[in-house]
Amino acid sequence: MALDLNMSQFHDIFFEESIENLEVMEANLLSLDIARPEPEVINTVFRAAHSIKGGAGTFGFSDIADFTHVVETCFDEVREQKRALTRLMVDAVLESVDCLRYMIAQSKSGQDIDKDKVAGIRQKLIALPAATQSEATQQPTPSWHIYFHPHDYFLKTGNDPYRLFRELAELGEMQISGQLDRLPPLQGMDPELCYLSWHIQFSADVARGDIEEMFEWVDEDCELHIELGGERRQHADRRAGGRTGGRRADDMQLPTSAASGGQLPGQESNSIRVNTEKVDNLVNLVGELVITVSMLSRFASTNRRPVDREKLKQSVEQLERNTRDLQEQTLNIRMLPIDFVFQRLPRLVHDLSRSLGKQVELKLSGNATEIDKTVLEKIGDPLVHLIRNALDHGIETPAEREAAGKEKVGVIALESYHEGGNIVVQIRDDGAGIDPEAIRRKAIEKDLINVSDELTESQIHNLIFLPGFSTANEISGVSGRGVGADVVRSNIVELGGNVKVASQKGIGTTFSLYLPLTLAIMDGQLIRVGEDIFVISLLSIIESTQIDSSLVSAVAGKYEVYRYRDGYIPVIRLHEVFGVQGANTALDDGLLVIMDAGRRIGLLVDDILGQQQVVIKSLRTNFRQIESLAGATILGDGTVAMIIDLPGLLEFWLAENESANTPSAAAEIST
Amino acid sequence: MTEISPTDMLSAEQQAGTSQFLTFKLGAEEYGIDILKVQEIRSWEPVTTIPNTPDYVLGVVNLRGTIVPVMDLRRRFQLEQAEFHTTTVIIVVKIENEGHLRTVGMVADAVSEVYNVVGDAISETPDIGGAINVEFIRGLTTIDEKMIILLEIDALVNAGLLAELPSSP
Repeated sequence: MALDLNMSQFHDIFFEESIENLEVMEANLLSLDIARPEPEVINTVFRAAHSIKGGAGTFGFSDIADFTHVVETCFDEVREQKRALTRLMVDAVLESVDCLRYMIAQSKSGQDIDKDKVAGIRQKLIALPAATQSEATQQPTPSWHIYFHPHDYFLKTGNDPYRLFRELAELGEMQISGQLDRLPPLQGMDPELCYLSWHIQFSADVARGDIEEMFEWVDEDCELHIELGGERRQHADRRAGGRTGGRRADDMQLPTSAASGGQLPGQESNSIRVNTEKVDNLVNLVGELVITVSMLSRFASTNRRPVDREKLKQSVEQLERNTRDLQEQTLNIRMLPIDFVFQRLPRLVHDLSRSLGKQVELKLSGNATEIDKTVLEKIGDPLVHLIRNALDHGIETPAEREAAGKEKVGVIALESYHEGGNIVVQIRDDGAGIDPEAIRRKAIEKDLINVSDELTESQIHNLIFLPGFSTANEISGVSGRGVGADVVRSNIVELGGNVKVASQKGIGTTFSLYLPLTLAIMDGQLIRVGEDIFVISLLSIIESTQIDSSLVSAVAGKYEVYRYRDGYIPVIRLHEVFGVQGANTALDDGLLVIMDAGRRIGLLVDDILGQQQVVIKSLRTNFRQIESLAGATILGDGTVAMIIDLPGLLEFWLAENESANTPSAAAEIST
Repeated sequence: MTEISPTDMLSAEQQAGTSQFLTFKLGAEEYGIDILKVQEIRSWEPVTTIPNTPDYVLGVVNLRGTIVPVMDLRRRFQLEQAEFHTTTVIIVVKIENEGHLRTVGMVADAVSEVYNVVGDAISETPDIGGAINVEFIRGLTTIDEKMIILLEIDALVNAGLLAELPSSP
């Protein structure tokens, strides 16, 4: 049992390392100059492939090992200058990087690998036209598959499998993967018995007879299959599987399910690698904290003379400072460089610009800016969408660019930096920009604005974030397949952030994503409704104002709207939505907090209290998710306050309005 | 704040088919729950209400940094309301829900006793209808001439608190 658990730990490490290695391969492949490849880059790709192959072989993922072997061989030949690098080859290897990602993901979740898919890509790699520099050396070496299964008593006959392998290795290159499934628990193991069997992938220019000769001495004491070429793999697997298949599956499943006991299973990886410096900082701080606490407790037990009181005050101050630092450092552990997301983008730009026939240079800066892991995982898709958008609609074709007097190669610049308590990610392109007239026409066409509406240019730009507005003139397969900027915005707003757009026709477009540093902590604004205190995100507040009730009009007797700047925003009476008793219900006595919940809304509250950083605690831990609440937090006095989830609240409020057309709806909620 | 460690309870009696029950009062009735489920007993403290939840979900309290929901058993069983006073307690239980242990508080008028109950002494619950579904009751037992209703606490909490319910009661 202990053995199984350890193996699964190693599996996870293998998966993580392989994924990292794939990223290394991808990044280096993309940076390759096909005509004049730098040997170091080729070497890096080769080494990354090699370590994936090695790991896969060691842990018995023979499919992955086999496949990587082909990739590795390919680059090995380039490395040794037996073969020239071609664009075709780089593309095929990039494709196999994707394929390996898929294989690793499947193996990780214990699902089957689609063998046909893998075989297809593998075939593509093998069939690459051999643009060799010296044709003669390029001869495919036959690849053998040997399944070697010694009988239990094998070791007692004085034979040593290792010696056999060593001799084999002298003939050619080989890849061995051991079958560990028959291995008994340690206490039940007989050191004189052989429990292992091996799959050997052997590339050498030898005949079957040569290999058979190697095993001649042990022929009687083992089960041996030697096969050539492709079809033998399933065959051999079936043999091995037939005997031990069921057990093996159990071994793989058990540890993973046991390990995930306390956590919800999710696709996102649950481990992070942390810079040791961060951990050291944390350890030091905890040390400081322990010292301060002991100082405090010593003072607390002595008589309280005035001079001690002063010392006590100092100690408390120190404790406060240490605690704050400790909190900061602890949160810091969850922070990862945004580069984890940025890494994905060069590949996207590479593929897309080729398929669109555009020339684009991607500039990344601020890669080291750190952001919470959870935020990081959730901004990937919005960023990909915005980059696609910039490529598809922003950057013009080389011909158009030349006609407009621009450089043929367009630039998409991605930058991230800190601003206040937020992270800003900016996507800037030097493309065609947003045409305000086109947007305006489209918005009118879609009934989003009236013909008579006078809008500023920036208001027009912001129209693209409205649901139902897609900027694509036609479905292009790249972006604009019904998923528009509104989805990007709602994803970012869900994270507690915000998106802004600025554009100048003919010059380019800039999208700025404002993101919270972390999801565990939020800059909160405390508000009071009746006796209850709620927390709203400070970042989403546009302004708060005394209500002039003459600016409030009722729609259908119930639905209230407030005239704000150039438009009308819905007024959400929090006391009604939340059924709070004893709250102020007169508009003129309340305050209206105008917020961005994906669209503008006004919240009617009794009072606005202080601002403070709050630690977000999930209600789901011991209860369940409540629509319109993002969680709860513990205030300074130890009481609990609910944190409002604005998009959720808006949705809930709209649904309530829809279902309850009768004026008694509010009364129903509050019972 | 009585911490009860489960290991203390694994006595020889237990193995002989005896279970220990903590009993508490709701009005004149006495209910019992398996003591191994009880984490601690706290005196009543004001809760923070959660909007749009059934009325028997009183709200949440801060239990040493953990947000714990509190259920009013009187309202849950549709008994008449009582004022919260000095003997009112929150019994904090740990129950299993979808493979996770959840901490939940239940408000009772007062805690009463800890009884050892032999398995044979628990009789089946007659189908009585009403607010308490029979599946929430493990059985009935009689101690010192009084009837004690032994609750199936996991089922009760799972169905009343953690499962999705219509938002208006």
